[in-house]
Amino acid sequence: MKKGSKRASGAFLNYGIVIVFYIVFQILSSTGHLSSSFSGQLIPICTYVIMALSLNLVVGFSGELSLGHAGFMSVGAFSGVIASVALQNYVTVSSVRLFLAILVGAAIAAIAGIVIGVPVLRLQGDYLAIVTLAFGEIIKNILNCLYVAVDKNGLHFSMTDATSMNLEPENVVILNGPMGALGVKKISTFLSGIILILVVLFIIQNLVNSRSGRAIAGIRDNRIAAEACGIQITKYKMMAFVTSAAMAGSAGALYALNFSTVVPKKFDFNTSILILVFVVLGGIGNLRGSIIAAAILTVLPELLRQFQDYRMLVYAIVLIMVMLITNNEKAQALRQRFIKTLFKNKKKEAV
Amino acid sequence: MAKEHEVKLVSVESPNLIPERDKQYPLVLEVSHLGIDFGGLTAVDEFNMALGKTEICGLIGPNGAGKTTVFNLLTKVYQPTRGTILLDGKDTHGMNTTKVNQAGIARTFQNIRLFDKLSVEDNVKIGLHNHINYGMMNGVLRLPKYWKEEKRAHEKAMELLSIFDMEHLAKDEAGSLPYGAQRRLEICRALATGPKVLLLDEPAAGMNPSETAELMDNIRKIRDTFHISILLIEHDMNLVMGICESIVVLNFGKIIAKGTPSEIQNNPQVIEAYLGKQREV
Repeated sequence: MKKGSKRASGAFLNYGIVIVFYIVFQILSSTGHLSSSFSGQLIPICTYVIMALSLNLVVGFSGELSLGHAGFMSVGAFSGVIASVALQNYVTVSSVRLFLAILVGAAIAAIAGIVIGVPVLRLQGDYLAIVTLAFGEIIKNILNCLYVAVDKNGLHFSMTDATSMNLEPENVVILNGPMGALGVKKISTFLSGIILILVVLFIIQNLVNSRSGRAIAGIRDNRIAAEACGIQITKYKMMAFVTSAAMAGSAGALYALNFSTVVPKKFDFNTSILILVFVVLGGIGNLRGSIIAAAILTVLPELLRQFQDYRMLVYAIVLIMVMLITNNEKAQALRQRFIKTLFKNKKKEAV
Repeated sequence: MAKEHEVKLVSVESPNLIPERDKQYPLVLEVSHLGIDFGGLTAVDEFNMALGKTEICGLIGPNGAGKTTVFNLLTKVYQPTRGTILLDGKDTHGMNTTKVNQAGIARTFQNIRLFDKLSVEDNVKIGLHNHINYGMMNGVLRLPKYWKEEKRAHEKAMELLSIFDMEHLAKDEAGSLPYGAQRRLEICRALATGPKVLLLDEPAAGMNPSETAELMDNIRKIRDTFHISILLIEHDMNLVMGICESIVVLNFGKIIAKGTPSEIQNNPQVIEAYLGKQREV
């Protein structure tokens, strides 16, 4: 009974952390204690938290490696932007439009996930890492030469340039090739980001503690035994991967609709690795760790501005230090002792 | 005690001897001409056997005789090169490991394969996977069906664990259990999949004599309560001779003898396979 109740309370603690985070920063920004550069970081923080959570579903729970999660983010981002602009005249309430854009972003990213997952997840080994790596680059390059515009006849697509789409005089160019999406209306809000985090957390935590989640974890722990228990390996790997892709897509839509311009180059290999760094530093399979790592590491470069040119150097050192401290046995023992003394009165429950 | 389990073996049209009481029932497992080649090496050849309803059959042989390979063929971890496997009269040709399990063959592994990082209860619940009826949506949204099915799964898992008196370990991490308990948990997990045939690969390996004796009782209990047939590989001859009603002896991938425990004990070919040829003086 102990472990089960611990798990449930852990899940609620995660929701609590997110809500407290929201309340604290909402108060700080409304009382004017937040610098404008920092308050501009709030939605990116939410986005990266969602990205880290979604990647953790693949890396931590399904035991596969995805090196192209920024690709799914990018698919979600641009389809979200297209949906948002295309719906501008029909849906005037911006929060509803944001909701629809996020749904569209998630759906298109899920389709991309299915397209990649169907052939690759049948294989054993590191193929998923290789293919997702390639996918991220391919998507970036496709979006780099994709032109999308909307006029009264509907959406127009082109892979060459904006003029070849034969647009009506009154049109809006949504995607302009390498320049990306220009003049996007910022409709993302901090609150919507927090709600999306909570939804993603809810889905992952409930999925993990259900029949499907057990199957996914079983395949990770021992594939042959899982097969011998009558579990369809490909089905459950797909479930984890596609869910994760959809979440990345929704995060992308949230992210893109926070900026007036979004360029495809933003979602490159470095971004994928950055998200993987969040997951690894937060602890593989540890959702709370992912949330904290993603939040801190997103604002860290901002906080390190005072070091000027040495900013990225300090960032790297911090990463190495965290890695050493979290994975060192002595440091772990020290931390355990620290926690024990901190909660001395609660000691009996903790043990 | 031992007399009670003495049974008379009779031959059926199919390739083996089965206990007389099973003659009236359709055979649960019929294997004929089963064989596999790894490149030029024939690991198993002309493997013929039949398993009656609720029969306990032993598969023995010296190291490297191909016993585990036979298990891997029956569960389609390896696809057989030749031969047919009929489960309840249904050909398992073209099935993969997952489908074979769903059709009714469950197994344990010689080198234990548990889901180490999951709890004991979750291990059994993964075994119950195909008997829990709710999908991803019910799981994520925690609809009433989720709670109902999870409650049922929990009760069923506890019931299975109680066979080996392991209920108190339900929340422990499977990988942290002692060796003997891990073996017992594997059997629980295999039983959870609701098999018609249970394949046990060296269930008593690493157990002390008293644990082995307990295991023998438990294997009989499992057979009697679940009405399933059991095929087991084991090196512990006390266990094999004690609980098996029929025995198949394998050497160099071929069957060299079949019969009741007493027949096998006195079979010169079997003695030769295990101890070497008797030199004439």
